Amino acid sequence: MLQNNTISSISKLFVAFLLVFSISSCQSGQKKTDKDISIDDFLTEDVIFDDIDKAKKIFYSLPSPLETALIMKSAGAKYDQEILNSIDNVQNYTTNRSMALNLGIYTTDLSFASLFEQTQASIDYMGAARAMAEGLDITDAINRDTMEKLEANLNNRDVVMDIISETFLNSSSYLKENERQDVAAIVLVGGWIEGLYLAAELTEGQPVKNNKLVDRILEQKLSLNIVHRLLEDNKTKNSGEVNDDIIELIAELQDLKSAFDKVNVETTQPSVEGENAEGVANIRSRTTVSVEQEDFVALQASIVKLRTSFVQ
Amino acid sequence: MRKVYLLFLIVLIAAFSATNSYSQCKGFAKKICKLELMPYIHDGAYHAAILTEGEEAELYKTFYSGQDYRIAICGTDALPDIEFQVVDAYKNVLYDNTKNDMSRIWDFQLDASQNLKIAIKVPVSSEQTEYPASGCVAIMFGFKEE
Repeated sequence: MLQNNTISSISKLFVAFLLVFSISSCQSGQKKTDKDISIDDFLTEDVIFDDIDKAKKIFYSLPSPLETALIMKSAGAKYDQEILNSIDNVQNYTTNRSMALNLGIYTTDLSFASLFEQTQASIDYMGAARAMAEGLDITDAINRDTMEKLEANLNNRDVVMDIISETFLNSSSYLKENERQDVAAIVLVGGWIEGLYLAAELTEGQPVKNNKLVDRILEQKLSLNIVHRLLEDNKTKNSGEVNDDIIELIAELQDLKSAFDKVNVETTQPSVEGENAEGVANIRSRTTVSVEQEDFVALQASIVKLRTSFVQ
Repeated sequence: MRKVYLLFLIVLIAAFSATNSYSQCKGFAKKICKLELMPYIHDGAYHAAILTEGEEAELYKTFYSGQDYRIAICGTDALPDIEFQVVDAYKNVLYDNTKNDMSRIWDFQLDASQNLKIAIKVPVSSEQTEYPASGCVAIMFGFKEE
């Protein structure tokens, strides 16, 4: 009798387990319905989000730390180690939230240092990112081999960039494949805010007109929409439990959103021009970004305040 | 007791196969699809999922002016060639790989930063099979330094 009961209980457990597993295994991309996706408060150009008319897997992609650093460098950013998050702060991060945010932050700092061929800083920031990844139980994303490979190739920037790209891929794939999309989202937001912060610090006191780096900051209004959707998608954990870290992050981003509301971004209708000799097509259009000087200063202040709260 | 062990075994196998699908997806993205990006530098982002014939997916991303980008969309061998389109905010189709020999990649640059949608579809295979095929689909982005 006891054995029958045991079998019956285990059978129920088995069925429940399979149900949970089959549902969770569909979550690599989030399934959304038309109702979930309708976005009324997005920018004019973001009608791009409006035509989702049936259940599909949806991905929101933020600029990765490497892309963020590259965009900034191409806009004329200069390297300044003083504005990066100190590696001495590593020991301060003990919660999942702070480690996830600072994994993104340190990875952006690592990318920034590497693009400017700062060899010692690259090693230091890879070490800091490794500490955050290990704290989050992301196994083997950054291991001893990674550190050795980095040290052996410090003078080969292409290899260094490939190592950074691979470590970020390892971290994000590990988190997503272990049903920790919420943590992956927080990492991305941390990295994105760090890019904004570095650009804000580097443009402090500068005029907004004819300033490429300022334009890069203002264009992040486009990515803010994606940040918003990404976090909204992760408000609830797979268990159905409310994700307090994400809810808190959404609330913290409100000031930034209000500051970006003062920024005007307009894009003309694009057209594709034929491929050049290298087979690269050109998407032709014009984007106008504008903001009043005082509103830009307020935006900078909002970015600095948010990032300061992340690294404390 | 044998039945109990049998049930545990089935549970373990089910857990392993689902986890293994994920690992295969990660391995596919890293070892197969990433190669399609060369000589572009992978941005490090991971977007991959198990999709079945007839299923669709969408990805939203901001692309920045002045950068050269490559999009690579790959599916595992079990799937038919993946269809994809790049769509702008005005809902214009900027690129459609079904009109370009089902290419897995597209290289482009932009005059102006903007959000674009990558719409993906796993077509239904013309071959008659008992069950629709499923497999990993990866979406990867590469860029070049100026």
